[in-house]
Amino acid sequence: MQFMLLFSRQGKLRLQKWYNAHPDKLKKKITRELITTILTRKPKMCSFLEWRDLKIVYKRYASLYFCCAIEQNDNELLTLEIIHRYVELLDKYFGSVCELDIIFNFEKAYFILDELLLGGEIQETSKKTVLKAIASQDLLQEEETPQGFFEDHGLG
Amino acid sequence: MALKKVKGNIERMFDKNLTDLVRGIRNNKENEAKYITQCMEDIKQELRQDNLTVKGNAIAKLTYLQMLGYDISWAGFNVIEVMSSNKFTLKRTGYLAASQSFHCDSELLMLTTNMIRKELNSQNQYDAGLALTSLSCYISTDLARDLSQDILTLLSSTKPYIRKKAVLMMYKVFLKYPEALRPAFPKLKEKLEDPDPGVQSAAVNVICELARKNPKNYLSLAPVFFKLMTTKTNNWMLIKIIKLFGALTPLEPRLGKKLIEPLTNLIHSTSAMSLLYECINTVIAVLISISSGMPNHAASIQLCVQKLRILIEDSDQNLKYLGLLAMSKILKTHPKSVQAHKDLILQCLEDKDESIRLRALDLLYGMVSKKNLMEIVKKLMVHMDKAEGTIYRDELLAKIVLICSQNNYQFITNFEWYLTVLVELAQMEFGSKQGHVIAAQLIDVSIRVQAIRSFAVAEMAQLLEFYASNSQFSIMQDVLYSAAWLCGEFASELKEPEASLIAMLKYKSLPPHIEIVFIQNILKLYACCLMKYELAQDYDKICGMYEVTQRKLENSLKSPEIEVQERASSTLMILEVVHCEVMAKKGVKTEQIMEDFDLPIDAEVDKGETVAMQLLNLFNGDLNPVAPKAQKKVPIPEGLDLDSFIEEPDFGENEYSSDSDYEIKGNLFVKDSNERNSKPELTEEEKVKIREARKNEQMNNPHYLKSSNKKYEDIPVAELQLDVPLKVLSKRSDKYLKFDNGAKKSRKNKRSKKHKVESSTDDDNELVNKTLMVNQNLELPEGATLSDSEGSVGNPDDPHRALDIDLDLPGLDEKKLADSPQPESNKIKSKKKKHNKIKKDKSVAAAAAAAKQPGDDGENKKKMKKSKDKKEKTKKKKSKELSNEYEEALGISTPSKEFP
Repeated sequence: MQFMLLFSRQGKLRLQKWYNAHPDKLKKKITRELITTILTRKPKMCSFLEWRDLKIVYKRYASLYFCCAIEQNDNELLTLEIIHRYVELLDKYFGSVCELDIIFNFEKAYFILDELLLGGEIQETSKKTVLKAIASQDLLQEEETPQGFFEDHGLG
Repeated sequence: MALKKVKGNIERMFDKNLTDLVRGIRNNKENEAKYITQCMEDIKQELRQDNLTVKGNAIAKLTYLQMLGYDISWAGFNVIEVMSSNKFTLKRTGYLAASQSFHCDSELLMLTTNMIRKELNSQNQYDAGLALTSLSCYISTDLARDLSQDILTLLSSTKPYIRKKAVLMMYKVFLKYPEALRPAFPKLKEKLEDPDPGVQSAAVNVICELARKNPKNYLSLAPVFFKLMTTKTNNWMLIKIIKLFGALTPLEPRLGKKLIEPLTNLIHSTSAMSLLYECINTVIAVLISISSGMPNHAASIQLCVQKLRILIEDSDQNLKYLGLLAMSKILKTHPKSVQAHKDLILQCLEDKDESIRLRALDLLYGMVSKKNLMEIVKKLMVHMDKAEGTIYRDELLAKIVLICSQNNYQFITNFEWYLTVLVELAQMEFGSKQGHVIAAQLIDVSIRVQAIRSFAVAEMAQLLEFYASNSQFSIMQDVLYSAAWLCGEFASELKEPEASLIAMLKYKSLPPHIEIVFIQNILKLYACCLMKYELAQDYDKICGMYEVTQRKLENSLKSPEIEVQERASSTLMILEVVHCEVMAKKGVKTEQIMEDFDLPIDAEVDKGETVAMQLLNLFNGDLNPVAPKAQKKVPIPEGLDLDSFIEEPDFGENEYSSDSDYEIKGNLFVKDSNERNSKPELTEEEKVKIREARKNEQMNNPHYLKSSNKKYEDIPVAELQLDVPLKVLSKRSDKYLKFDNGAKKSRKNKRSKKHKVESSTDDDNELVNKTLMVNQNLELPEGATLSDSEGSVGNPDDPHRALDIDLDLPGLDEKKLADSPQPESNKIKSKKKKHNKIKKDKSVAAAAAAAKQPGDDGENKKKMKKSKDKKEKTKKKKSKELSNEYEEALGISTPSKEFP
């Protein structure tokens, strides 16, 4: 997978993950182009498009579009499954996820994605394992916070 | 001092955190930019503080702003600071910011090497995981080289969480630092048997990706993967394995035979569509790669096509799309199996979804035959009428032309029909960019099918007469180009060349490249008419014609386009010379007639003596179609070096003046002349003209709201007195279809159903037969033939070509790679990888030889010395062992052992 974008129906980007390094300008150009192309597509159209030398796979969940770019001989249906898996994970983690969850906890959304995919390749297919990894990392953070709070604020 | 610190910290407690920022942005929708500028200032302030927690908060906010499209590269150093914290929370923030904002060319990355190494070796698996995840986004060649050993060590970590990430990370390392592949490969292979399914699946992923780019080197792993495929049930992994086999089979057909059975079993049994689709794709790849000697090969194709039919019939648009996509792959090798499902594909042409219709169109070219071509094209024409969206229409138009013209117009039984279709397409006025396609077809058909010429020319003459130049769409203008050319070139076929000449003279303000063609062909038509009049000794008409033509050409002289000016002026000169000549002859003749009344007028006019004949000689000679590759086949004359400079460019003087300077100069000059020419010289008269032109344009513009409906009547089209009304004209091609059907049903009706062609039935049959002859003699330079191998000019996109490197010349290849910017395309990378690997194979052999005969180092070894860095050298002994083991396993030549 080359990159993954999440954007709202209004065309606002909610998350972007690039697995190949591109200059910022190009990223912006690609994002803008894809958002407009996908938003103009009608709901009943299929989820795939040919774009430059890549294939774009996208799917809409509620008000959010999930959009992935894959290479010519990658499997489109598998990519849809990955998107779906990611949505399931978000849903499990946040408890029936909505767009606001992702807006306000965007870093968590990134962390979950990073446990699912690494370098654009699927990393863990078990939902349980992913959630466990995220939970234990969150725990690590929580353990740090109370004891560090006063210290951090120079009051300890 | 301490008080100040406390004070600063208390102030900071009121700082915005990330949630505040997000909320703030949402509450300030009107002046978001202003709000964010303010926030940026705050963040910069926060980053100046010593406290890492504050910095972490700032970086978290920056990461959010980065997503919104703001540049945060300036904060790179601060990101690294936060990454280096020993608190997991801050590390998490820091590494996330890094993975989002760092670029692999960044010089900052140098600072991270040791920090990341520390994290990789951390006791906490999540520290290492964080570092790996983040690194995968911005790994550079330097980082890959420096950290490859550390990551490799992680492959043997006791924690599956780390192993899994490390395995995937190795792929990124290979891409940036191919030298790492060889020492790492045995370990990677081990991971295929890892007890943890996640690690195993990651290893399959990496090897699959490597093998897809360069399958040759992974054939030896086929047995391992074959075992995995038949024993595992994890669909995610199966898909990857099956994809891998799809890449391997073209190299080893025997593998393909072995695969068919398990794959067909999977196709039968699986309920997962993604797996089914992958299986079908691989079966198709297998069947394409193995020769037709397979016994149950037809059955497999049949199975695939059947399953695909189910996909296409599914209500899910995605499956429909993919089904059609896979069908088009089968179509290339097994057209007959796909043709059986013609009904389904034609049905998909009616689908609501444009992308599905486009896929169905792709398949269509394989569906046509002589019998159904007209019918299919008629359907497509209906689509043309209905379709909204220029892109789809363009695609349709291109496909119509493609399916009709394929294989030298193999399926066309009636060229009159095809020409009518082309004309109709041209008449569908829309903003298409495909006008040139139609134009090219019109010319191609008329040149190559001699029998159709008179019909074509008549059609073109009609087009020229009916279409005024105010047509605003380029499609018609492109067609006018070919209409003008055809009428001029085959003027002798015209029934009324005068009418066409007059029609062509009427056109004003054509695009320059079309105007040029008009001027040239006006001369040809003039010559043709002149001949006619001269034979009839109709000198009044000659004078009239001369005057009109002269006027038009003088108009063209005023064109701003230099090419148009030049053509107009030379044509004008020719015209004048010819006219003087004719008039001189007329003088002589009238004298003769005055002297001797007995001479009959027409008796002495001989074709050869006419002035027109001399003019016509200018355009003598037959035109033959030129083969598409002809230009490439022209041999380069001896002694001509295309790469050498004719005149050495002078670099010395211009060194300091950059390109932009030139641009500015050029622009200044153009601007200058424009201003001088256009602005001050607008006289009252011209203004009136411009105003009129604008009104005229507005009137003809369908998108412009007209003040009153009456003006419609002023549009010239309505005034035309046509024998056949325009509306009927646009459906003319249907008649051929009816005619065709009629001919099949009853021969008796033929005569009555015929339109236009006023010839007897026998003549008609003859005509049809004649029109079937497509001239296939293509002009080529002497000595060249069409089937000549292309040599170095072949298709550069063919992946097999790219991989076909002469490995005896490693230096050359290396240089090429060094020239190319840091590998971005995987192709280059894989080339390099392969190259390196084989080079190392050789170098190992050379090393072995060297052990026996010291001092006899081959060239390869020297090269190897250069390319390998010091680290590698120290490991040489180890790598030799590894490579030996690897070579043993390679056994590319004897895979049949594994597949009896």
